[in-house]
Amino acid sequence: MTQAFRIENGGLINRDKKLSFKFNGKTYLGYEGDTLASALLANGVHLVGRSFKYHRPRGFFGAGVDEPYAVVQLYRNGETEPNIKATEQELFEGLEAKSVNCWPSVNFDIGAINNFLKIFLPAGFYYKTFMWPKSFWYRIYEPFIRKAAGLGVASTKHDKERYEHKYEYCDLLIAGSGPSGLASAYAAAKNGAKVILAEDKPRFGGSLLTSDVNIGNQSGKDWADGIIAELKTMPNVVVKNRSQIFGYYDHNMLVMSEKVSDHLPSTKKYHPNKRLWYIRAKEVLISSGSIERPIVFGNNDTPGVMLSSAAKEYLKVYGVLVGRKPLIFTNNDSGYETAIEFKKHGVDPFLLDSRKKPESEIIDEAKNLGINIKNSYVVVAAQGYKKVKSADIANISEDKKQLGKIENIQCDCICVSGFWTPTIHLASQSGNKTKFKEEIDAFVPGQSKQNEITLGAANGVFSLEETLKTSFKAGSELSKKITENDNEIAIPNVVEKKSSQHDKFWCVPLPKGKNYKRFLDFQNDVSVSDIEIALREGYRSIEHVKRYTTLGMATDQGKTSNLNGLQLVSEIENKVVPAVGHTTFRPPYTPVSIGAIVGREVGKHSKPSRKSPMHSWHEKNNAVFVDAGVWLRPRYYKRGNENLFEGSKREAKNVRKNVGVCDVTTLGKIDIKGPDAAELLNRVYTNAWLKLPVGKARYGVMLREDGIVMDDGTTTRISENHYHMTTTTAQAANVLSHLEYYLQLVWPELNVNVVSTTEQWAGAAIAGPKSRDLLQKLFPNSDVSNDGLPFMGYMEGDLFGVKARIFRISFSGELAYEVNVESDYGNFMWEKIMEIGEEFNIQPYGTEALSTLRIEMGHVAGSELDGRTIPFDNALEGLVSKKKDFIGKRSLQRSAFIAEDRQRIVGVVPLDKQTSIPEGSHLVKDDKAQLPNPKLGHISASCWSVEYDNPFSLAILKDGKNMIGQKLFAMSPLKNKVIPVEIVSSHYVDPKGERVRS
Amino acid sequence: MLYINCPHCGMRSQNEFSYGGDASVKRPELNKEVSDQEWDNFVYNRKSLRGKHLELWQHISGCRQWIKVERDTATHEIFRTFKADEEVA
Repeated sequence: MTQAFRIENGGLINRDKKLSFKFNGKTYLGYEGDTLASALLANGVHLVGRSFKYHRPRGFFGAGVDEPYAVVQLYRNGETEPNIKATEQELFEGLEAKSVNCWPSVNFDIGAINNFLKIFLPAGFYYKTFMWPKSFWYRIYEPFIRKAAGLGVASTKHDKERYEHKYEYCDLLIAGSGPSGLASAYAAAKNGAKVILAEDKPRFGGSLLTSDVNIGNQSGKDWADGIIAELKTMPNVVVKNRSQIFGYYDHNMLVMSEKVSDHLPSTKKYHPNKRLWYIRAKEVLISSGSIERPIVFGNNDTPGVMLSSAAKEYLKVYGVLVGRKPLIFTNNDSGYETAIEFKKHGVDPFLLDSRKKPESEIIDEAKNLGINIKNSYVVVAAQGYKKVKSADIANISEDKKQLGKIENIQCDCICVSGFWTPTIHLASQSGNKTKFKEEIDAFVPGQSKQNEITLGAANGVFSLEETLKTSFKAGSELSKKITENDNEIAIPNVVEKKSSQHDKFWCVPLPKGKNYKRFLDFQNDVSVSDIEIALREGYRSIEHVKRYTTLGMATDQGKTSNLNGLQLVSEIENKVVPAVGHTTFRPPYTPVSIGAIVGREVGKHSKPSRKSPMHSWHEKNNAVFVDAGVWLRPRYYKRGNENLFEGSKREAKNVRKNVGVCDVTTLGKIDIKGPDAAELLNRVYTNAWLKLPVGKARYGVMLREDGIVMDDGTTTRISENHYHMTTTTAQAANVLSHLEYYLQLVWPELNVNVVSTTEQWAGAAIAGPKSRDLLQKLFPNSDVSNDGLPFMGYMEGDLFGVKARIFRISFSGELAYEVNVESDYGNFMWEKIMEIGEEFNIQPYGTEALSTLRIEMGHVAGSELDGRTIPFDNALEGLVSKKKDFIGKRSLQRSAFIAEDRQRIVGVVPLDKQTSIPEGSHLVKDDKAQLPNPKLGHISASCWSVEYDNPFSLAILKDGKNMIGQKLFAMSPLKNKVIPVEIVSSHYVDPKGERVRS
Repeated sequence: MLYINCPHCGMRSQNEFSYGGDASVKRPELNKEVSDQEWDNFVYNRKSLRGKHLELWQHISGCRQWIKVERDTATHEIFRTFKADEEVA
């Protein structure tokens, strides 16, 4: 197909480079520099999609970010992406796109039947219809809505593209490279300020690309090109195109999405697809321009109806005629500028102006060119289904209430201009309370909230001369404050045509007897009558009207519809627009791909992985790893075809019988030094610490101020004023912060220093009846006998030339030791233990066996210390000092905490001694009781007891103290299990604790 | 994202800090008799202020110091920051 609507010359496209692309399976040609929209229009394609609710045919409405219609599914390099605006997507060789929201095809769409049913689909349709019967929701309504809804399909494949995040700081961040952005950037850059200038489009220049103006004796575009070229050479300036600043957050933090690769057939090697910039700016200049708004008339959603500025942009930037018989419908001078451009390219436009007798230089030029103009005329309705074929037009009375006789004129497009709406989103997001500016019938930013200033059209200033003057000044003054440079810049002379006042007119009345749909929101199919219904039904707040009718809720967020919606509400309510107010502008300004927001933090990069120094040994020895917070820990060491259950059982058994070694590097370690270290411990732990001798370890429990157990662990007195504290793996960071809180804020008089040494020490727990024999061989020069190193003893040793710390502590309940060496020697230590341990049948054991061993001993861990239990609940009340005060002590007097039937840890054994009890199961008295079945407690941890060879669990049970011997049921509706159980002591194995002391 | 002036390190982004609640709360002294009401006020009862609020933050990914921040809870404006031991006038 030829590009029949491409004019012979002109435009900013590269005619030397033809590109072929596919739309809905058909191949077309375009040029480098086209958007998908301009290339399709060049080929005369106007039908690109179906509307959301009624499935009415939809074409192109705009030429950029405001586009409500032309949302397509894009296929690029084997990937697919929904929600792409054809007006923003740059053309590349081999591009493929498809229409969305239509089935089976855009030309024949079954959903279009909704269009004939539209009487049944008024505002609030979904709320009213899908509420009943309730049982229909999951089976019928939801699947139906899911299929019908949505603008495209997200890929279910892993995204191969890479997305980057970048943090940047600057003096001035400038959003938009139109005249105000360029002028302010230039002035600031000349003063030596660090400037970032961001432009969402591929081309810099904004309105200067399409306006017929002269700056400094050159065309607006040439002036813009010159400024950009100079800015790019300056080391203090970053100039970015294809970069949308979409959010203005607290303290001048703005976020920008840079499309690095979307305009290329595939992403270059080592390049990201998109880059998300977090920019902290000292000053923000918002020069985001304005968006033309439509005038509302009948069937104004027909393909071929578009914004007059878009028609001009297609012509001037892309050399594309959106029609050969254009009808221009305007209430201001902008429509004339579009008409003049058509005329200059040999096309005769027909122009309707709602104003009676406007006069200006622009209008004079249009008249001189012989353009056919009708004043006090409006378009009543567009005619044509898949494309505009003609328009019903009529004279309109001065008060805009009465229509004259309706005439029909032939046309193939209707270019509409209802004046300009400043793009105030960023200013509003910053917290700026906007104000309504009567002269332009639109909101503009009010008092600056953060360090932001809005310039040019975004501030409601439509004169180029004034825009340049204020923008040069703003750039220069703001940068002067920062850099203290004051380089004067001559403001260039400006030649622009003066325009006249626009008509405060935005909606054409319905002619008698006609019931045209007059759309306000084009993407969500919200028409004038929908708003009327909402108001009739009692919705008053504009926020409620928005949600009930979905006005402005589509992916374009109402960029072309919001203001007309407000006009309608204020008219019906008989209020002024500022009294109605506008809905909140929230980021993002325009859809941002989720990949860009997520960045590199996907898959295993979603969090850091911490590995012990022995990690590679574990890997080499078939460890199956498990996430423990951000640590990777061996869960068990797989032998042959063993599964987790078999492997962990073997490892745990070997600890009970011989000796095992477990990597305990992940335990939190805190080095505590200072003359008041003992006093700190005494206040932090529930038990007494002042008399712990040097060379001894003690088990301690610490509480939060509310009496709940925070963490447990052992702390060892290394020397007079030096302690080594261990915490659980999970609480390590919290415990350090906790100590720092009390030392810095509550008891600053204590002379103590704390520092994390978790990563400085590698730890190995050696546990089992043969552990002393092994230890003696590891430290032949040390006396590790029961007298030399008794239970809870500590000594330093020499591990074949490496300094080691030896603690006689036990989590497994066996005779056990923990050996620490500096991390770099961790692997050396581990290999020595394995090598010398061979004769004692040593086996490494993972976290699963570790759990088994502690559970059957009744030692508590994270699953019992779950932020809901006090010392008593964990049978730790013996560690609570009655004599001294400590953190959280006062809370233990709370009535619930001293209740007679307070929950307490117990052991649970299934009656059949076979069925493992799922963790999280509830303990109940009666398995047949009516729901909700009163819960007496829950299973906190389960294992297969290797001592007794049957399942064993720990539970936190109401009145647990008096429940030993009772028969209950463990119920797990999730696993569909009901297990009769017996409650036993939590100390299932070695209740007297003889082994650890042996 | 807030931009917080750590009195030890200078201007840093919020993601280096962790929040620590109302800075005006004083822990009752150790070994002192306190009523249930006093203790509840210390542990639980907080005013959910709208407006100027003196609060604790810890520069957890920086100097690890606890600092006091005077912030408007509605606008997020930060007026002043103090070291832990600095008196707030």
